[in-house]
Amino acid sequence: MNEQSRPLAIDIDQLSFAYQNQNVLEDINMKVPQGSFLGLVGPNGSGKSTLIKCLLGLLTPNQGTVKLFGVNVKKFDRWNDIGFVSQKANSFNSGFPATVFEVVSMGLYGKVGLFRFLNRKHKQKVREAIAQVGMEDFINENIGQLSGGQQQRVFIARALVSDPSLLILDEPTVGVDAKSVTNFYTMLKKLNDEKGITLILVTHDIGAMSEYVTDVACLNKCLHFHGNKHSFEENKEEMMTAMYGHEVNLLEHNHDHDHHHHHHDHDDVRRDET
Amino acid sequence: MIEVFFQYDFLRYSLYTGLMIGFLAPVVGVFIVVRRLSMMADALSHITLTGIAFSLLLGRYYPFFAGLNPVYMGMVFSISGALLIEKLRHMYQYYKELAIPIILSGAIGVGVLFISLADGFNNDLFNYLFGSVVAISETDFHVVIVLTFLVSLVLLLFYKELFFLSFDEEQAVISGLPKRSLHFIFMILVALVIGISMQIVGILLVSALMTLPVASAMRWARGFKQMFLYAVLFGEVSVITGLISAFHLDLAPGGTIVMTNIALLIGSIALTRKRSL
Repeated sequence: MNEQSRPLAIDIDQLSFAYQNQNVLEDINMKVPQGSFLGLVGPNGSGKSTLIKCLLGLLTPNQGTVKLFGVNVKKFDRWNDIGFVSQKANSFNSGFPATVFEVVSMGLYGKVGLFRFLNRKHKQKVREAIAQVGMEDFINENIGQLSGGQQQRVFIARALVSDPSLLILDEPTVGVDAKSVTNFYTMLKKLNDEKGITLILVTHDIGAMSEYVTDVACLNKCLHFHGNKHSFEENKEEMMTAMYGHEVNLLEHNHDHDHHHHHHDHDDVRRDET
Repeated sequence: MIEVFFQYDFLRYSLYTGLMIGFLAPVVGVFIVVRRLSMMADALSHITLTGIAFSLLLGRYYPFFAGLNPVYMGMVFSISGALLIEKLRHMYQYYKELAIPIILSGAIGVGVLFISLADGFNNDLFNYLFGSVVAISETDFHVVIVLTFLVSLVLLLFYKELFFLSFDEEQAVISGLPKRSLHFIFMILVALVIGISMQIVGILLVSALMTLPVASAMRWARGFKQMFLYAVLFGEVSVITGLISAFHLDLAPGGTIVMTNIALLIGSIALTRKRSL
């Protein structure tokens, strides 16, 4: 499909953001057409989460504008169209006494509105969303009793239950075991293919996601690359140096030893950072 | 055992009030516990004491206050205290928990001044600290009914918003919930429930009736709705057992109610040992 002809889900124009005097994002321009599955990658501290917060209107950029479905984020009010699964979702208080059903119901609260309760139709939607992520067997279990991967599925169901057109996932696989990560990505791809939901997956793990997404954006304060997956694969080496170069130079010892294994090298860098 | 509570009006009012707080305190308590505001409840109850001391002091000089239940002044103080704590939390962005001890000690300090200015209040004050079986007059009782109805109604209307906010504040804000107004409404409810409950349980132990039944309920409950069910069950059992034994053994009900709760908690932990939370 022609990229230009599809309406935009996200349109970021010359966005800059600084915490006090420290620049976190500089002159970001990014257009995401509806129906894309975008992997937003970058090292820790590259401003990924800040960019997402600007997208969701939680932070106001110092410069530039953000539009969601053509509407400036400051005036945007169709928040039910946007699902968000945060990094913190799997570090929530795991003793919290809420069942899977109750947690997923929360996704409908904005739609239902004040002073109203879930009706039978709403409850049916909740059950469908839970089935969609394959968690129907756990519907009455406390969320705290589930594994990290299962909890993350529940949070996706919560984001899906209000039928969003855009789903943003911020590092959703942190603390999830490798096998579950694969299942998880497969599920996301299915949502993108079958329901046409625009997906933005924020991650620092470039290897795992690249076979599922349609587009890739590389962020490290500036947007180093944004394009479809194939051109990303072609320019991968170059991108890596542009993005991680600084840190790699700082760790020359590592760099010398693993000269030929670029990818491996970045894993080391990442581990050292965290 | 319980018949005597129906023979005398004042005992009957206490029993009915007890049944209402056995419901209200644990219900509000569920939200207090999951939002980690237990310290806040404690602080507000102490601020209530300052209001009571102030009202008793005024009562020495103005007959109007002498005829007024000091608890109402206590509620006014604790609502103002809740507001002050919120204000201070914004001033200490990085050490938000500092707001509670500042207001708590400030309030107790002022309260002690009021008490000494009035040369001590003797047995009145003792009742407010530890609770009393005979504290409820007919007028108080009617006020308690109205307040119980109001608090329950507001909690029911905002149930899903408060639940969402407790579970995941960030998501709740993203989906457009007015966090600050909700928090404010909730703190007013807490202040009211403290005012209602303290006449029977006493200031020092009122936060126990909000947290202990919830602590027990947590061991049993599957899901958030069940938390309320179990918390109210434990709350009612403790209030009824506590009031009856307090009357027959001539003890302060605050102590007997809390000890019943402790017993229920130990029992709950023992019976659900295998579950870790």
